[in-house]
Amino acid sequence: MERQIRYQREADLAWAHSFPQNPGCERLLSCIQCGTCSATCPLALYMDLTPRQVIALVREGFREDVLRSKTIWLCASCYACAVECPQNISITDVMYRLKREAIASGIYPKRFPIPVLAREFYEMVRRRGRNSEFWVVFWMAMRTNPLVLLSMARTGWELWRTGRMSLRLRGIQRRGDLQYLPAASKEVD
Amino acid sequence: MQPAAKYLYYPGCSLRGTGIAYEESLLTTFRLLEIPLEELSDWNCCGATAYMSVSEASATMLAARNLALARQTGVKDLIAPCNACYLALRKTQKMVAQYPQVEQEVGQFLQQAGLPSLDSVQVRHPLDVLYCDIGVKRLRELTVRRLQGVRMASYYGCQAVRPYGEVDDPHEPTRMDEILRAVGVEVVEYPLKTKCCGGSLTGTIHDVGVRLNYILLKEAQRRGAQAIVTICPLCQFNLDAYQSKIRKQTGEPIDMPILYLTQVVGWALGGDFRELGLHRAISGRKLVEQWFTVRKEAETYV
Repeated sequence: MERQIRYQREADLAWAHSFPQNPGCERLLSCIQCGTCSATCPLALYMDLTPRQVIALVREGFREDVLRSKTIWLCASCYACAVECPQNISITDVMYRLKREAIASGIYPKRFPIPVLAREFYEMVRRRGRNSEFWVVFWMAMRTNPLVLLSMARTGWELWRTGRMSLRLRGIQRRGDLQYLPAASKEVD
Repeated sequence: MQPAAKYLYYPGCSLRGTGIAYEESLLTTFRLLEIPLEELSDWNCCGATAYMSVSEASATMLAARNLALARQTGVKDLIAPCNACYLALRKTQKMVAQYPQVEQEVGQFLQQAGLPSLDSVQVRHPLDVLYCDIGVKRLRELTVRRLQGVRMASYYGCQAVRPYGEVDDPHEPTRMDEILRAVGVEVVEYPLKTKCCGGSLTGTIHDVGVRLNYILLKEAQRRGAQAIVTICPLCQFNLDAYQSKIRKQTGEPIDMPILYLTQVVGWALGGDFRELGLHRAISGRKLVEQWFTVRKEAETYV
């Protein structure tokens, strides 16, 4: 059975206190735990930790619990919480930082489609400068559960029929500009 | 040098794929308004939400490249029709203005790529341009045909109205309603107009994404809407593409056209069915054809 309690010595307070340096997370430590974020979140119902709990755990330095949670990935970046937060914490930016950390340290549920999609998207755009919807979704499926492609067939057909699906790989002309972006190896594990 | 167009236009990746009808209807609408649009040359992906989840530094640089390309042209206004593009560009501007470190990183990237530094390019949404620059009054005057007795719900989605946008009020937006009424559409009260559609969740955690869209569709139906009007390619796709699945799962007869604001406005201004991309609808095709196919005798009433 999974242990339910946490000890203070497991907390990483230095990590918690690094958050205010991150754009958008300056006011994280002044959270009053009112729960407005969880109440406004359209996805809170499907999360393992509510947004309020994520903030509480971050503030106390429980890094692993937060990085392993599915909550950070379910956040669709709709900014409803960020607009409503009475303490002006940009919770969306907190979630972004946690997503980046989970990817960079390899702590995310394997075969969980959301981080896989993010990485496929990132790699496609990093290389070509533009995103090709079909191929990003295709590779996400191949790397998680190829069988989902079958369940997508009908939607794919509808899009094809109405001329809304393109198999062309797209890219920018001045591809050279992209070499000045931070090196991919530095950013991802 | 005198800029050729008043507005630059940044399509973004979706408008070249699933959201192609948005591009078609936007270009048609602006042509009918006699406002020239010029596509931003060699634009790149805005980074959307996925890129930001991997790297913040290069996400802002990517978005900044578009802003720098826009500045090079000398045109002040850059229209970003996709809500995610709109947000990514505006967020980048805000971060560059607010954080010296971001400003420095972005500045260095632009310099290496041989691009000018960022300046005051105005990132605009088509809704903002239609409402503020053209105006409801002018749209009403230019309307050549009206949809009689069709009730629609206006749906903004999330990223256009918060927190970096100036499209409309983040809590109680009304501009889309005003525009729709001006071109003769009956608008229903729709409290979910800024509730998120789930974005890419329909492609990743499918059931959750579809559920969010079911709630949006069901409420629109309950409020008496016969169609939903959107201003974002991802919202349009999510609401449009999964209705057959929703019918199968819930047994409810939901088959509702999901239109772009520019399709409705463009049609009222005299646009052609195919030029507005109306043939690309997946759900509610019969209604779309019924409403937007021009019958000779109907035209004489306007």
